[in-house]
Amino acid sequence: MPHWLQLMIDSLPTLLWAGVKFTIPLTLLSFVLGLSLGLVTAVARLFGPWPVSAIARFYVWIIRGTPLLVQLFVIFYGLPSVGILLDAFTAALIGFTLNVGAYTSEIIRAAISSVPKGQWEAAYSTGMNWRQAMRRTILPQASRVSVPPLSNTFISLVKDTSLAAAITVPELFQSAQRIVATTYEPLILYIEAAIIYLALSSILSHLQSRLEFRFARYGGMLEANR
Amino acid sequence: MIELSHIEKRFGDAVILKDISLSFPEGSVSALVGPSGGGKSTLLRCINLLEQPTAGSVRIGAESVDFAPGRKAPWQSIQKVRSQTGMVFQNFQLFPHRTAIENVMEGLLVVQKWSREKARARAMELLTKVGMEHKADAWPANLSGGQQQRVAIARALAPSPKVLLCDEPTSALDPELSAEVVDVLGTLAKEGTTMVMATHDLRLASQVANLVVFLEAGQVVEIGSAEQVFRNPVHERTRQFVSSINAAQTFSA
Repeated sequence: MPHWLQLMIDSLPTLLWAGVKFTIPLTLLSFVLGLSLGLVTAVARLFGPWPVSAIARFYVWIIRGTPLLVQLFVIFYGLPSVGILLDAFTAALIGFTLNVGAYTSEIIRAAISSVPKGQWEAAYSTGMNWRQAMRRTILPQASRVSVPPLSNTFISLVKDTSLAAAITVPELFQSAQRIVATTYEPLILYIEAAIIYLALSSILSHLQSRLEFRFARYGGMLEANR
Repeated sequence: MIELSHIEKRFGDAVILKDISLSFPEGSVSALVGPSGGGKSTLLRCINLLEQPTAGSVRIGAESVDFAPGRKAPWQSIQKVRSQTGMVFQNFQLFPHRTAIENVMEGLLVVQKWSREKARARAMELLTKVGMEHKADAWPANLSGGQQQRVAIARALAPSPKVLLCDEPTSALDPELSAEVVDVLGTLAKEGTTMVMATHDLRLASQVANLVVFLEAGQVVEIGSAEQVFRNPVHERTRQFVSSINAAQTFSA
């Protein structure tokens, strides 16, 4: 067996374990929390009174306008100076959640706006109040539109979790770095890490197509293209 | 049973409706007719308060709301008036993510909090009434315009509203498809359903309505039976309008 293959096979369990223990939970948790934050932010911007929508806009402006790596450093290395001490995983989770929240809020805002005004009127005419119209009529239609762009965010997030290595989270990329430190084989190990990230995002792309297919059952874009 | 008093509607400086007072008795079928931009759609939408009048009051049965400039009407009383109505739209506005029968069930489940079985039975009964029971499980995207509009009529009737409002119910349909919608509305009218519709479909107005209101520039020009307004209009302006649609329809017939 060639040396490179042997090395890859030997290091695979360590890398996969780091993925299962840190990369995947970090991705899933921050996506779910970030998506909820994004929904609240989008609704605040679209329907909130001005101070609320101004706060929402300010939040999106700050997060989108600054590098993710810098945000992580501020949270993990910076906040202790004002007495806020967080463990690395929590700091990363907060950073990624805030980031996902800002980006997805724009996607959700666009998706909600894309539902025709007549659908609100139809919902109101059947007696629904704002909440019922939102939950039963608008969000289901907005979800369908937002599957492709939200999948983009999700897939970016899987890869972005590698930045957590810089704030000492022992996730997939950092465990590759550690093995490199002892084996001096950066090319082999980093390519192996890249392959694992590729595999993870491929799974997500597949889930995206399944979800789009499910939404397509009531007619529209996908069927029109067939 | 429906009473509109001194309704005024402005968008900024533009006055859309000027001091309109009308009443529609129970069991009557009224058609609001007139040129585009005359205010018929806005007036119709003032009845279920999708459009809120700048001033005036709207009463349906026992529920009423008053409007005055610079004052917001309470949400609860708007809901109460609106829940007395069912609305049919020009572009159907079925919920695309729900099947035909789910569209009809939606208000019963979400607003009236009926059980699924009870709602399904009621929805099936209404779909049968509009001749759509065979398409109960179809998605709206797979129905013709006429079929979508018939499902929309069933949806509007589901909670047994006091009045059925129709905003240009046949305008998006070709003559053949609009005939099936006119038939359904005609049957409902014979059964005593109170209806108010905004339309410029003369066939619909003359076959179904017993009261015709001619509106222009936000004012009522003439009001009378269909027979009277279409055959012997009193005002010159009504005469002109009626003869123009008559000419158009004679030519197409």
